[in-house]
Formats: sequence, C-alpha cells, structure tokens
Amino acid sequence: MSTDSVWILGTNMTPFGRYPDRDAVDLAAAAALGALDDGRVTIHDMDILGCGTLFQASAGMGQQLQKQIGQTGIPVYNVSNACATGATALRTVIMAIKAGEAEMGLAVGVEQMGKMGLLAGAEKKPSKHVFAPEGRYGAVQSVDGLLGTATMPGVFGQAGMQYAHDNDGVGFEQFAKVAYKNHKHSTLNPLAQYRKEFPLADVMGSPMMSYPNTLLMCCPTGDGAAAAVVVSGERLQSMPKRVQKRAVKVSASVLTSDPYVESGQVQPDVNTLTRRAATEAYEAAGVGPEDLDLVELHDCFATAELLHYDNLQLCEEGGAGDFIDSGAPFRDGSTPVNVSGGLISKGHPIGATGIANVYEVATHLRGEAGDRQIKRAKVGLTHVIGLGSSCGVHILEKAAV
Amino acid sequence: MAATRTTKKPAKKKKTSATRARSKPPARVPLVDYLVLGANGAYLRANECKSCGARFFDRRNACAACGGREFKKARVKSRGELVGFSIVHRAAPGIAVPFVSGIVDCGGTTVRANVIDVEADPEHVKLGMKLALATYVSGSDDDGTECVAFGYAPA
Repeated sequence: MSTDSVWILGTNMTPFGRYPDRDAVDLAAAAALGALDDGRVTIHDMDILGCGTLFQASAGMGQQLQKQIGQTGIPVYNVSNACATGATALRTVIMAIKAGEAEMGLAVGVEQMGKMGLLAGAEKKPSKHVFAPEGRYGAVQSVDGLLGTATMPGVFGQAGMQYAHDNDGVGFEQFAKVAYKNHKHSTLNPLAQYRKEFPLADVMGSPMMSYPNTLLMCCPTGDGAAAAVVVSGERLQSMPKRVQKRAVKVSASVLTSDPYVESGQVQPDVNTLTRRAATEAYEAAGVGPEDLDLVELHDCFATAELLHYDNLQLCEEGGAGDFIDSGAPFRDGSTPVNVSGGLISKGHPIGATGIANVYEVATHLRGEAGDRQIKRAKVGLTHVIGLGSSCGVHILEKAAV
Repeated sequence: MAATRTTKKPAKKKKTSATRARSKPPARVPLVDYLVLGANGAYLRANECKSCGARFFDRRNACAACGGREFKKARVKSRGELVGFSIVHRAAPGIAVPFVSGIVDCGGTTVRANVIDVEADPEHVKLGMKLALATYVSGSDDDGTECVAFGYAPA
C-alpha cells in the first residue's frame, strides 16, 4: 500500500428513522463511537474532526459531539453544504490527511429533521396593505405558486422532465421503476427507515406530489447519523494485518460546485457538476464505470436517480431510460444501484447521507453486508448532490491485503 | 413606480367601486421587477452581460459566466417552448394546487413560470409545446393597486 494513500479504517451508521426521544448530538455520538470501535481506535487517536449538519449548522455540532465522546483539543471543522454536507465533512478529513496535517481523523454527519415536509416553498402571506417590492427580484407578492415552484419534489420533477424532453424512451414509468427498485432493495437493509416493497402500479398510483414524482418516489425526511474514521496509508501500514484487511481504500474523493449554465438561474442544474465530479473521480481512481460493483447515488427523488445514471456514465449518454428498463441497476443486474434502498427508502437525514453511503459501500467491499451483500464487490462509488449546488463523489476499493 | 403615499380622506366619504372604476383605472404594479408592463404589452427584461451575452433576472456584481462587469437591459422573447415541467399537487398552505410549474426556453433565455390556460394534467401539458407570455391580475392591495403576474399560455 502506498504511503500517500487514504483509507477508511472504521465506519458506522445509526438506523435511519425518527428519534423523538434523542437529539442530534446523541445520534452523532452513537455513529462516531461505532466508527471508532469498528476501526479499533479511540478519539485519542484522532488528529482532526470533520462534522457535518445542515439544519443545525450554527450549533457547533462537532464541539458538542466532543463533549459526548472526548474533548481532546483537536481542530474541529463544522461544515454545511446542502445535501452534500456529509461528503464535505468526509472530504475535509481526507484533505487534511492528504496535506500531511493529520494521520487519522473522524468524519461525522448528522441530521435531525423529524417531519419537515417539502423543505422549500414559501407560505403564501396575506397581501400587504400596500404592495412594495422586496428582495432581489423586487417581488410584491410571494412568487411560489405563481412563477412555478421551489419545492423539492417539483424542482426534481422538472429536472426529470427536462431529461425526458431531451431523450426518447424516458417517461413516468421509467421514473417510477427507480422507486420500485429502491423500495424492493430496502427490504434487505435493517438500517433503512422503510422496508416495504410496493408493486410498480402502487408506486405509480400513490398520491401525486409533483408530477412525475408520486409520494412513493420521494425520499422521506428523518433522523440519523453516520461516521467514518479515515487513516493515512503510512499509518495503516503500522497496524495489525487483521485491521489492514478490513480497511477500504479511498481511490478518489471529489467535490464540485455548479458551473454556469444558461438555465441555472431558474432551474438548478444537477447534471454538469455531477458529470464533472464523476469524470474527475474515475480519472483519479484509474477505474471506469464498467468496473463498479455497486453504486450508492443521490436518489432524493426517483427522477434524480435516472439522471445520475447518465451523469455518472453508468449508461450511454441519453440512455438512462433503457438502463432502468434493462434491469441493470437492480441488485442482480450489471451495475447494482442503491442496494441500501437509497434515499427513497433508506432515508435521507441530510447531513448523514454523504457518509452513510460510504458506510454502505465499505460494508459490501468488506463482505459484511449480510442479506444484501453484493457478492465479490471490489469497487464502489458514492455520490451526493446538494442544491445550490454541491456534488461529492467518492470511489472506494477493497483492500488488496 | 406606483405612488405608495396616500392622502387622508374623510372617513365617511366612500366611493362605490363603480364610480371609482369610471373615474380612474386602478394602479398596477408588476409581480417582479423584471416584468415590464409596457404600453404595447408586457415583456420580461433581463440584465445582459455586455461581454458574453449571459442574461440574469437579478443584479450581478460580475457575470457568472465570464466575469464581465458591465451589463445592459435586454428584452426577452415572449414566445417559447416548454422544455421541462412539474405538475404541483402539494405546496405550502395558501397556494392553489394543482398548478403547472414550467421551464420555458424563450429563444435561448430560460424562464420559470406557471403554464396557464391549460388543464393541469400530463395529457394536456406536453413537452415541446409552444407557449407565449401572458399576464393576469394576481391580487390587489388595500389601496386597490393591482399586482400583475405573468405566465405562459399555449400559443
């Protein structure tokens, strides 16, 4: 193993769900201690802590976590980057190790959302006594519902229909199949928020949120945490063989933001930055999409997953409809996607998601995924995207020892 | 800009809406400042980068595409094509549903607005359909000033 390589030494996630009797600090601590134990190290071995949370971004979550598991005085980086928050926390630790400032570090992502609803879209206020322009667009009334929608199911519905506009063979049924698949996959994952299979007709017939996304095609809000211990190759070499065997190599760690595109000011472009992140990651890792044994990608809505088949180059350009129709992304297909159940069924406590997908892939690469194990998995990819926008891609490889 | 200051009137003197309508049409303000209510019809006006032509509906310190610092006002074409949409059935309280949120390519400038004058179902809303800018009154304030919103209707 090369000394400048970076590895996941330990990882853990809480089951995703709703925890009304616990707070975010409790959840973060559970995942953090789990990851430390998994790597057979302690908080005293850590040189840096990266902590991601979105809705409590100003709460000093990393320091609160230290009070639960050990105040050792190491630098804490509290990060917030929309739905890429967890991946950003992980990448912060990876960068510190690559820079030679740390040998070992802990990355934690956590979110407690409860039932938050649509996450965007302003409540219509009663008309002002006198109209007066407000904000960057000089609006005199709330524009949500007049100038289109800002709600997440709608924005991603539009993104899906843009793809359908540009590519034949993509429509409501292809999008629905994504959700059918991920609900089906989740039945094998004890950590998933929901574990129930629905026939395709039920997915298509469930209440419409924002066409083409029905209720069963939208991820739930929820609570949960995930953590990973990251170590340098040099340090890992000094560890026992049994520890080295379970380590998972981080072959690529990439974060991008959205470059300018013409339509970006009215409809967030989730494609260009994902395509760019994937291309950079494949190049860094020296692997191609055909080498991937499993992929955990950001299926916040069924429409989104379909776009990312294309963006991550899992299918031919424009071929995402055929890709799902062929069965390729099912767990017995050629490129299993979201065998955890994905955000749609495993859940999406925002800050935790970008590390929970690393937990999932690492668990398969170690051969420890139980009923949902993808056999002989050697290489996997994780992807998250947050609107605004930010995209994180990591490529992980099984240890060669 | 519509006048926002009003003179005090005697409390008891109350005009009927009919007499008011005869004497003076209600003042109108656009929903957003990039909607121009011109004498010859409404249109959208963007800030266009003088260097690369990128258009923005809000103000920019420098162009997000090329970094240029100078902008001019540019009129957006009123006719367009529907290149993406969502039919919204769940929204925040007070927002009437269902409605069609459309992404409209207006001759190279992309606009988001409701698609109006069409049934809000996938049988009637079609990708690639030709649309044209249309305005309507979306509300009025306590002075009787009307808010004019825009949408895109089948052309």
